Amino acid sequence: MLVEIDNLSIAFPTPTGLSHAVRGVSLRIGAQKLGIVGESGSGKSLTARSLLRLLPESAKLTADRLTFDGIDILRANERTMRDIRGKRAGLILQDPKYALNPVMTAGDQIAEAWRAHKKGSRREAMQKAVDLLDQVRIRDPARVARAYPHELSGGMGQRVMIAMMLAPDPEMLIADEPTSALDATVQADILRLIEDLVSRRGMALVLISHDLPLVSHFCDDVVVMYAGRIVERLRAADLSRAEHPYTRGLLNCLPALSRPQPSLPVMVRDPAWLA
Amino acid sequence: MSRSGWVRSLGATSSSVLVTLFGLILITFLIGRVMPIDPVIAIVGDHAPPDVIERVRVELALDRPLPVQFWIYVRNLLHGDLGRSVMTSNTVLADIGHFFPATMELATVAILGATLVGVPLGVLAAVRQGHRIDHIVRVVCLTGQSVPIFLLGLLALLVFYATLGWAPGTGRQDVIYQGDVAPMTGLLTVDALIAGNWDALWDALAHLVLPASVLAYFSMAYITRMTRSFMLEALHGEYIITARAKGLSPLRVIWRHAFGNIAVRLVTVLALTYAGLLEGAVVTETIFSWPGLGQYLTVSLLNADMNAVLGATLIIGMTYLALNLGADLLYRLLDPRAQ
Repeated sequence: MLVEIDNLSIAFPTPTGLSHAVRGVSLRIGAQKLGIVGESGSGKSLTARSLLRLLPESAKLTADRLTFDGIDILRANERTMRDIRGKRAGLILQDPKYALNPVMTAGDQIAEAWRAHKKGSRREAMQKAVDLLDQVRIRDPARVARAYPHELSGGMGQRVMIAMMLAPDPEMLIADEPTSALDATVQADILRLIEDLVSRRGMALVLISHDLPLVSHFCDDVVVMYAGRIVERLRAADLSRAEHPYTRGLLNCLPALSRPQPSLPVMVRDPAWLA
Repeated sequence: MSRSGWVRSLGATSSSVLVTLFGLILITFLIGRVMPIDPVIAIVGDHAPPDVIERVRVELALDRPLPVQFWIYVRNLLHGDLGRSVMTSNTVLADIGHFFPATMELATVAILGATLVGVPLGVLAAVRQGHRIDHIVRVVCLTGQSVPIFLLGLLALLVFYATLGWAPGTGRQDVIYQGDVAPMTGLLTVDALIAGNWDALWDALAHLVLPASVLAYFSMAYITRMTRSFMLEALHGEYIITARAKGLSPLRVIWRHAFGNIAVRLVTVLALTYAGLLEGAVVTETIFSWPGLGQYLTVSLLNADMNAVLGATLIIGMTYLALNLGADLLYRLLDPRAQ
């Protein structure tokens, strides 16, 4: 298994003591497409980012086991972590408007990611950047390479982001709500692109989203998180047979043309789910 | 961005500069007219006979209506004529040409020192926010900003000149070097360098150290604080997470990504601080007997030498404008979003 997580907890100090954002999460991730679903604050992003140890400085990270390809992430030094970050696992963030450096050209940012892990000249890196932009299906890659982020649309920005994270050929891609900031028409394109690249390169994918149907459509397995815990894990194809009342509640709240309802049901939360 | 856009924004900037310049000239002119100082008496003295006073008044065109006087003032300005100083009996322009380089030399050395120390210190404090080094930097900056500059200056003289004897005393150079180097730029260090006179260069630098350090300390405190707060904001940007997720070294994340994003705003801060040093070194110049514009302005004011005061004010105002314009142009050059 590429990633093994046992009993992961992430807590933040507050004036009234530690506040646990992730509690006792255990996961195995291999060469598959895993979806992590949950509402805001359910701990899905923190769980994924703990794999790269890119948590806020104040976060307290504990686990019985947290390994990436056998490397102990809890005890690894910064140097070792830098060999995982980018090189072995890429991270795609939600909104390219904020996630791209506004004063560097798209090409420079991609070339930088390549040069951080591969040996090569500036020229070579730039050539590679244009090549990668072509791979993420940008029509005029040479021109986009010279463009600054504010000159790109949201969809193009996200393609640049993907190209940047693919540059050092990682084995795993973590996509943290990669389409939430995009127009609905562009969302499907970006997801298809990610799916295509992931399967073509044989990469593992962790897709974080609050969109249950979307995740079940693109992933092999789905993990549902609620209040820092995993409440349900199942094959994406078995989603309709989900057992946890939270998952069932989410599915019931979805409008569907095939099953018209006069008013959508509202989720009734059971305090027992928190235990 | 397109070429015509560049030209248009450049045009907008220069026209706003011209309007500001006009306002500056108008205000200096009006100040000169409302001051309870009679320029005629200042020239001929209290006891001159009435017909002399009247003749000088006509010669100075002070009997004409105010708009006409303003027109004459502007026309003279355009010819580079700022009038004559009563005190030195030189033209004000010649006086400023003599005193301004001294201030410029002092302010330039001070801003260089303040930047070279203040910027890295601010970055360090931001990166190590809340740690010991951040607290130390805060105390150092607080001291620099809150201790009056005259006290710092006097203390510096007391310790490094009077007690330790490490620094030479006040003034720009030792008497024995005076007139040694032909004035070309008016900047003693540069003139000595051009002449290849190493002793004079060393002497000029030694005299610069104390006043420049006092000025630099004050500016450094401000630059450090601004750099720190800009950096804190930048370091919390999402693109910093991206940069780290790429596996870049911490130094590259800090300098290329975070600092790269604040460099533009920092340029404006540095330019305004430099402008502030050029105009506001009066106290330092007085304490260190530095023959600069600040001293010239003070002495002229105390002697009711209005032509000199107005001329110096105008030059300071124009320097401020020029630096502002420079920062603005640099901003456009450095920030792709501003283009």
